[in-house]
Amino acid sequence: MNTLIWIVVPYACLAVFVVGHVWRWRHDQFGWTTHTSQLLESRILRLGSPLFHLGAFGVIIGHAMGLLVPASLTEKIGVSEHVYHATAVWGGTVTGIMLVAGLALLIARRFVNGRVRRVTTTMDKVLYVALASMVILGMTATLGTNLLGEGYDYRETIAVWFRGMFWFSPQTDLMAGAPLVYQLHALGGFLFLALWPFTRLVHVWSAPLAYLWRPYVVYRARRGAPAAVAPAPATVRDRGMHDIRH
Amino acid sequence: MRIRAQVAMVMNLDKCIGCHTCSVTCKQTWTNREGTEYVWFNNVETKPGIGYPKHYEDQERWKGGWQLDAKGRLVLRSGGRVRRLSRIFANPDLPTLDDYYEPATFDKDVLVSAPAGLTDTPVKQPRSALTGEPISLEWGANWEDGLGGAHERAGTDPNITAMASDAAARVKFEFEKTFMFHLPRICEHCLNPACVSACPSGAMYKREEDGIVLVDQDRCRGWRMCVTACPYKKVYVNHATGKAEKCTFCFPRIEAGQPTICSETCVGRLRYLGLVFYDEDAVLAAASVQDERDLLAAQRKVFLDPHDPETVRLATEAGLPEEWVLAAQASPVWRLISDYQIALPLHPEYRTLPMVWYVPPLSPVLDAVGAAGLDDTDADDVFHTIRDLRIPVEYLAELFTAGDADAVAGVLMKLAAMRSYMRARTLDGTVAEELCEAVGMTGQEIESMYRLLAIAKYDERYVIPTAYSKDAAALEAQAASTSDCSLDCAGGPGMTEAATAERFHLVAEGGQTRPGRRSLFARRGDGRLGLSIDPTGERS
Ligand code: SF4
Ligand code: SF4
Ligand code: SF4
Repeated sequence: MNTLIWIVVPYACLAVFVVGHVWRWRHDQFGWTTHTSQLLESRILRLGSPLFHLGAFGVIIGHAMGLLVPASLTEKIGVSEHVYHATAVWGGTVTGIMLVAGLALLIARRFVNGRVRRVTTTMDKVLYVALASMVILGMTATLGTNLLGEGYDYRETIAVWFRGMFWFSPQTDLMAGAPLVYQLHALGGFLFLALWPFTRLVHVWSAPLAYLWRPYVVYRARRGAPAAVAPAPATVRDRGMHDIRH
Repeated sequence: MRIRAQVAMVMNLDKCIGCHTCSVTCKQTWTNREGTEYVWFNNVETKPGIGYPKHYEDQERWKGGWQLDAKGRLVLRSGGRVRRLSRIFANPDLPTLDDYYEPATFDKDVLVSAPAGLTDTPVKQPRSALTGEPISLEWGANWEDGLGGAHERAGTDPNITAMASDAAARVKFEFEKTFMFHLPRICEHCLNPACVSACPSGAMYKREEDGIVLVDQDRCRGWRMCVTACPYKKVYVNHATGKAEKCTFCFPRIEAGQPTICSETCVGRLRYLGLVFYDEDAVLAAASVQDERDLLAAQRKVFLDPHDPETVRLATEAGLPEEWVLAAQASPVWRLISDYQIALPLHPEYRTLPMVWYVPPLSPVLDAVGAAGLDDTDADDVFHTIRDLRIPVEYLAELFTAGDADAVAGVLMKLAAMRSYMRARTLDGTVAEELCEAVGMTGQEIESMYRLLAIAKYDERYVIPTAYSKDAAALEAQAASTSDCSLDCAGGPGMTEAATAERFHLVAEGGQTRPGRRSLFARRGDGRLGLSIDPTGERS
């Protein structure tokens, strides 16, 4: 059971994540977009979207720090356990609240504005549910356990297991002993990654940083052969007459 | 010096009757789809008026086009690169649907299925084409047709608010005291396109061969910065696909040597299409001249005279086929812009170097002549009105010459002189030499200008070389190799049926192929079974 949940499912999800992206990139350039709806509703979006995105950046950086940087490393460079903990909890709480507020606004917008509601696809709904559950679980872990509760040192367990994924030696017993919300959040995280390539989230990989360097005006040569010259109606008629006669 | 060819358009505004045929045929061709209900690649506005989208000419608000910064460098009005990327999560200067209008449809079934013997006539209600809810119609792409509502709103026309305050105060919108004309607008296919420059993905581009500005639908990621950057608001967001779309200059027709749909169907026959050669390396300097009023002359200088042997040599060296050089020499657009100098760019002060130019309308002036109790067939009276009755002239100057009333007046004089000259010629055969002198043209020039403006036939109005003749042989071979669409071959420019189905998310259902709603594991348009992941095709 442990093997299934903490080895098979995560790897399967990662595989779907990678293969899904390759497949989508090759087959669906036309669908690869942020799918902006600002045209339809701008007021709530102007508050919600930056909150959500900036919050998400913070949260992603936080996860990277917590999961990828081993505790031994932070200690070696002289960051005490207490300082690390405080940064993580407070940073996580602030960015987390931004994320929650942004997400709430974005979801509310889909309900209150008829135009946006109408263009919300099933995939969007699945994505919003997935995002919301991930955020709720994550915030419960941060706020409930670490800020208000007695705390849980995920850096010695979850992070070690997670890094093990990359060396193909995940230690399942580390996860089996973690509190339930952490377990759910971790598992949900992998499922979320599997969902990623099939949603509008793919726009993340198109963040247009190259814009900062390229020349302003882009010139491009026409691709392929030009359209053929359509025969004039009279030519078509004459050809037809010719065919009839012969 | 880098010579390029540009397909350009001139519209003769005096002949526009505001029939909107151009808008409708363009819409039927390009934007009659879900997601583009509100989009008009070609729209016809009544001026004075606030336009479509509302007040789009107010760049203080919408931040379109370019401006010079404190050091005299050309920068996009919506800000530099970093600033633009910092606003990618929410673009504060994006017009919303309410700035365009809410597209509506009617529930006509109410009329068809009304039972016999009703005492009241059944009424069809307008419904939003987006939500399906009943709405009241309060605005449209052409709400101000024929100055509708002008007494309430036209005073806020950005061209009027930009006029000197005493002149603006004298503009009247009472029925008999005002002036009006129609302004058909399409994308300007600018030489210095702000939309292209603002596109973070690099999906928008200007074609090297003919200067047509296009959006690569496969590379657009929906960052919507182009919409803000275009001062003419001629890039639109398709809300169904999440991608930007714009006037294509009907490139498949242009490549085949045919006029655009809007030109082909123009009832007033007022559109001219032709080539202009220009020097790409001179574009930036021309767009950066200090004084806005020098922009017109600066842009004219970017163009290269196709009759100059030096230009011909450059063109040949650059690999342009002879057909193109000949077309450039016969270009009606070149003649109107540079020979007669009666065509003017729309809002040169946006510094995008637009390539759809306009012969300004003389009719508002003639109306003013009549209103002042003068004789509109008398050249002196008309000249006098142009010089002294500033209102219509200053308004036209805001539109076409960055406020330089003398420049517009010069063009109007030429048109007035041509009118009187030809009138005299036709009525009693006299040649009005003094009129020629007044506008600095020869009688012959005036007559050929008249011919081009008044009676030029199809072949004279549209001089469009086909896309490179060197491709012709390859095309022939391609066409001969298949019995279906000749473009539908491997590596060909057309798309095979399967590719079309996949690219545009078509679904096969009940013997029909259509875009739209499908179940999670439905068969795709190309017949294969597959997980449906299309974020756009879920709605019907
Ligand atoms: S008018 Fe056309 S080419 Fe010019 S900035 Fe706007 S969209 Fe771009
Ligand atoms: S050139 Fe073609 S796409 Fe552009 S406005 Fe005219 S008809 Fe429409
Ligand atoms: S079809 Fe021609 S005359 Fe009619 S509105 Fe369009 S530009 Fe004007």
